[in-house]
Amino acid sequence: MTASVLTGPRKPRPQANGLTTGKLPRFFELYALVASLLVVAGVFALMGFNVVGWLVVTAIVYLLAIGVFSAIVENRRKATDRVIRGLVIVAFLLAFIPLISTLGTVVIRGASSMNLSFITQSTHTAFDPATLKVTVTQGALQSIVGTLEITGIATLMSVPIGLLTSIYLVEYAQPTQWMARTVTILVDVMTGIPSIVAGLFAFSLFTLIVGPKAFSGFSASVALSVLMIPIVVRSSEEMLKLVSSELREASYALGVTKFRTITRIVLPTAIAGLITGIMLAIARVIGETAPIFIAASFTNNFNANPFNGPQSSLAVQAYANYKFPGTDIPASVDSAWGAALLLVLLVVILNLIARIVARVFAPKGLR
Amino acid sequence: MSKRIEVNDLNVYYSDFLAVEGVSITIEPRTVTAFIGPSGCGKSTFLRTLNRMHEVIPGAHVEGEVIIDGNDLYAPGVDPVMVRRQVGMVFQRANPFPTMSIADNVLAGVRLNNRRLSKSDGDDLIEKSLRGANLWEEVKDRLSLPGQGLSGGQQQRLCIARAIAVSPDVLLMDEPCSALDPISTLAIEDLIEDLKQEYTIVIVTHNMQQASRVSDKTAFFNIAGAGKPGKLIEYDETNTIFSRPNVQATEDYVSGKFG
Repeated sequence: MTASVLTGPRKPRPQANGLTTGKLPRFFELYALVASLLVVAGVFALMGFNVVGWLVVTAIVYLLAIGVFSAIVENRRKATDRVIRGLVIVAFLLAFIPLISTLGTVVIRGASSMNLSFITQSTHTAFDPATLKVTVTQGALQSIVGTLEITGIATLMSVPIGLLTSIYLVEYAQPTQWMARTVTILVDVMTGIPSIVAGLFAFSLFTLIVGPKAFSGFSASVALSVLMIPIVVRSSEEMLKLVSSELREASYALGVTKFRTITRIVLPTAIAGLITGIMLAIARVIGETAPIFIAASFTNNFNANPFNGPQSSLAVQAYANYKFPGTDIPASVDSAWGAALLLVLLVVILNLIARIVARVFAPKGLR
Repeated sequence: MSKRIEVNDLNVYYSDFLAVEGVSITIEPRTVTAFIGPSGCGKSTFLRTLNRMHEVIPGAHVEGEVIIDGNDLYAPGVDPVMVRRQVGMVFQRANPFPTMSIADNVLAGVRLNNRRLSKSDGDDLIEKSLRGANLWEEVKDRLSLPGQGLSGGQQQRLCIARAIAVSPDVLLMDEPCSALDPISTLAIEDLIEDLKQEYTIVIVTHNMQQASRVSDKTAFFNIAGAGKPGKLIEYDETNTIFSRPNVQATEDYVSGKFG
């Protein structure tokens, strides 16, 4: 650098620096990308155009070109770097496409049924005596209420159990103790329980207790908490382990009891991570279909009582309306997409709330 | 306020491993005692037995007795929490509570021990403790800001303020200056000199100049080899230890022949 500045551009032969190697021009990657897009487009134009093929072949041509040019002008290490970096970007795009496509489809198809009455009314039928026609108006209120109640009760049951279990595992148990090992193994096993099995468990449990046709939102909540508890335990355990033992020691050295150290030092320090973990667990179970369908059945009627009678949820409504449409098939399918969109929106809102809460509670002064 | 510490034939174990063997020492009230010695010789381990902090590590236990003003810390039925309220500790790395402001950090020990404090009493205690830790002038305008926003030296003095706010009898310091620059170290050494008026202070240090500057008495610990227990080699007036020690190993260590 200094040498070239001192000698200036006018000198015919700037002093060679033994540490430099050749370097591709600054925006070479961009030029190479545009060039490969154009070249491949030209080739495809001769054979018949195809967007997917065009992009795939472009990616391959680009990676080859950048590797070869870089290997010639620069060196092998830089060539490898550029190729791998290109591969990482391609992998990112590949992962991104399904996400965007899913979201786009849900938004476009769900938007048509999204209006105030869809959200504020449950599905109901009206009989017109003059024409003797029965008209069905699709609504999602019964499913919104059902989803919120079922997931809410499941959260109320899972968070205390999960959080206390992780506190026991991290703060009280020795890792080699048989009790701690048993709990850890059971949590691992629970993580692997298929959701349909959780639903069957809750349904048969309530059939035994209440009798046949024991459909209720609460039963579905029990099924969901079977799925939620291991997630909450796992994530909280990791978060509590992140709290440095120095903080615990500092608290003990002030003569603070273990219990108050946990409640006043450890939990507040980890609160942001704990909330994030709980929110992820909620997002994981809020879209469950099978266990709710089994345990709470499905209904178009508005039922706000989670302890008695079938309740609907958004995921179940989407499934049922799509699979078992009413007489007006397009309206049912629209309602299914609308329920799907509402579910996505609900998860997004919950995530936003979680982020805000986590930011509010995060330890201050760490920048 | 300050109390005499008497240790009789103390062995410290980590599970089955004997880490420190046969320490007997008497620490007078209102003095500064320095523990010096090579790494791994058990100074910090021994220091942590003086307020039962070593028990935090699973499997750690001791044999022998530690008597503070007639009370054996290891007698059956002694609650470690009560011990730690009398014997405060400052750690190698400053560890203010990240969720708390400067003021809350100072009051943490009192508040977390379930004692209710009126606003004015709290403010008085904050000012008294921060003045005691020579930090008041630097932070009095930003008491509500997070403690972790302070510099390393200030954080360490905040930790000292937090420790003296619960008015312990003894203050243990485990290499309190090892992560600090010379200016901050000087501030803390001056502070130790002031705190000596009220507290019994025990400090572990790797810095022999520091030991000779701040302490009245010095204890030299050594270890025969890897896997062997650390032992107290010599304990005497600081001047004696640094000018004409009785044991050859002490002389070799303080004169820099090893360690």
